[in-house]
Amino acid sequence: MSKGSPISPSLMATKSAGAPKAPERADRTADHAGVVADLAAVSPVLGPNNVVPPTVMTGSQAIVRSLEELGVDDIFGLPGGAILPTYDPLMASSMNHVLVRHEQGAGHAAQGYAMVTGRVGVCIATSGPGATNLVTAIMDAHMDSVPLVAITGQVSSGVIGTDAFQEADIVGITMPITKHSFLVTDANDIPHVMAEAFHLAATGRPGPVLVDVAKDAQQGQMTFSWPPKIDLPGYRPVTRGHNKQVREAAKLIAAASKPVLYVGGGVVKAHASAELRELAELTGAPVVTTLMARGVFPDSHPQHVGMPGMHGTVSAVTALQQSDLLITLGARFDDRVTGVLKTFAPYAKVIHADIDPAEISKNRTADVPIVGSVKEIIPELTEAVRSQFDAAGTPDLTTWWAFLNNLKDTYPLGWTEPEDGLSAPQRVIERIGALTGPEGIYVAGVGQHQMWAAQFIKYERPHAWLNSGGAGTMGYAVPAAMGAKVGEPDRVVWAIDGDGCFQMTNQELATCAINKIPIKVAVINNSSLGMVRQWQTLFYEGRYSNTDLNTGHETVRIPDFVKLGEAYGCASFRCERDEDIDATIQKALEINDRPVVIDFVVSPDSMVWPMVPAGVSNDQIQVARNMTPEWEEED
Amino acid sequence: MSRHTLSVLVEDKPGVLTRVASLFARRAFNINSLAVGPTEVPGMSRMTVVVDADGDLIEQVTKQLNKLVNVIKIVELTSESSVQRDHILVKVRADAATRLQVTQAADLFRASVVDVSTDSVVIEATGHPEKLTALLSVLEPFGIREIVQSGTLAVGRGSRSMSDRALRSA
Repeated sequence: MSKGSPISPSLMATKSAGAPKAPERADRTADHAGVVADLAAVSPVLGPNNVVPPTVMTGSQAIVRSLEELGVDDIFGLPGGAILPTYDPLMASSMNHVLVRHEQGAGHAAQGYAMVTGRVGVCIATSGPGATNLVTAIMDAHMDSVPLVAITGQVSSGVIGTDAFQEADIVGITMPITKHSFLVTDANDIPHVMAEAFHLAATGRPGPVLVDVAKDAQQGQMTFSWPPKIDLPGYRPVTRGHNKQVREAAKLIAAASKPVLYVGGGVVKAHASAELRELAELTGAPVVTTLMARGVFPDSHPQHVGMPGMHGTVSAVTALQQSDLLITLGARFDDRVTGVLKTFAPYAKVIHADIDPAEISKNRTADVPIVGSVKEIIPELTEAVRSQFDAAGTPDLTTWWAFLNNLKDTYPLGWTEPEDGLSAPQRVIERIGALTGPEGIYVAGVGQHQMWAAQFIKYERPHAWLNSGGAGTMGYAVPAAMGAKVGEPDRVVWAIDGDGCFQMTNQELATCAINKIPIKVAVINNSSLGMVRQWQTLFYEGRYSNTDLNTGHETVRIPDFVKLGEAYGCASFRCERDEDIDATIQKALEINDRPVVIDFVVSPDSMVWPMVPAGVSNDQIQVARNMTPEWEEED
Repeated sequence: MSRHTLSVLVEDKPGVLTRVASLFARRAFNINSLAVGPTEVPGMSRMTVVVDADGDLIEQVTKQLNKLVNVIKIVELTSESSVQRDHILVKVRADAATRLQVTQAADLFRASVVDVSTDSVVIEATGHPEKLTALLSVLEPFGIREIVQSGTLAVGRGSRSMSDRALRSA
């Protein structure tokens, strides 16, 4: 079982604990046809595991057939020379292929699809520029651990390495930003490579996997049978937490007087929100949900103290800073959460549960590391904590809560009205959330509007909030919202976008309009690259170098977002006054036969608060410009 | 910074060396040397990677390497528990007047002369890096023309086999 060296005792303990061995052996010995019933229970091959007897077909037919057998329903892509053979059998497939207008859109759409459904998102592109256009989305999926399989055409194996037309070494290019990648030059490898790619993307810490298929492998004859044998001797993700570590964690929880549940996106990925809630309510500890975890614990829950980090609430940031125990679940001590690392949560011991052993003690040394899936660890931890409490009593957190509740009451999220008479962007976003409700899906771009959408929409369920957290990809919102709407067609899907972001990927409105994917786009138009402008205001003496986009109030309005939306077949409105906000949102909510674009003209002077300036401790959090909380009032 | 020798058992798949090397580059880890070749098990290669890193960092190096799908097993080999050897070919100036001195120096290090010409010899030596450094300093006065050196190779002492255990546990 152990793959690691005996370098770290803590790592050893968790690694040797490992997943149960029995299913693994079954995987290895399972021979395709004979043991179907057993296989279905333990097979690493995704999908219904139908048995397909050996059938001669082309490699491209095998790609399509593999996708079908893997249970894929929807694909996002754009054809080109080197992937042409595969697009031919795709036409006859029952799978829904969404033809995008730019491959980056296919990538983000597959991400959005994966984020709301929990299934592997699939995108397809051709070789060369088609493949490189996927790179941003692949990197984004890698940073945010999104299960994604990207299939690219490659030039024929005979001319690989000759700088052939539209040749790019996409396996090499994406090596540092994929979980794994394959180059297929023999058609016979297609079924097992596809099954392995999906297995890798979906299990352990999810991530993007690239399958690059040479054109001659697509055209060649092969014998297809299913399910294939997955042979990944170096891939053995640990899902069960080590018992001893779980008990150690429970002891720390029982002894802590200022515990905080520091909850990250891993809990969303693991579908463990119910388990989290049980643990939270048993311990009575405050919960902070990171940018990637918004909604995994209900905002309305009294134990929720907010989002931590650079633009987190005072109560969440301070809870971490003052804590004596961080119960870290599927979070990774990102710099946007910790601020200056050595000043982060200085009094806290750390329990760190994560499925990726490399995240543990990467940034902050863990006192109790637990490698495994939080889906399995949290219930075990809950049981262990319950025994501890039964034996030693429930810790008294009254003082801790008095302190935190005072912060919550004193420093709630809010905004100041702009002095230029334009609408406050925060109000627009708050109203979208209020009128749409927690069953909607909200997809943000990157920048001020993203932070406001994280702050002012109330999230009550996981998979309702999508954004580009780690990568910070401007242009994520529209295509990711499109993918989310394909995955969850019955939900209202809002792309909360900025005027800068929107101009990067709005071509996918054509895809949405033509394919009847009625997303709603709220362009929070402050006529500038707002977050950059905010930093220029605060840290560059108001020298606005190259941040004015001329899309807003009293500008040339290039482009005019209403006209642009109309050109793409979308219902399009402009909203410039506070009194029109609700009515405009209502109008958008009533339109379900085509996409909607709303140009919300807002003030360029609104800023995101609270803020921990870069390079300082989280203790220096500002609730407004040059305003730090009154710490004297704490007691 | 301390020096660590990692033995890395990998699947012999295209690109595996690139994956390992680019991981070191991307995570800003320092490779001192890297040697790779086939093993007694078909389809498996073994890399010996010498890394300069402090305690926490070497753990992170190992964890990141373990995440590579083609990496099957990693063991850190300490100098006490393993045999570690470098291999060197060095071309030294040696004419009729100095040749005997040069070859005698080589003999002292149990190195062998593998090529001779009128004004040079090529000396082949195997040993622990310190021994090879000492050899080079003795040869230096004669005039060193070329040095070609392998990365460190390392194998654990005793009868146990890394790949044997890895396959059994897999």
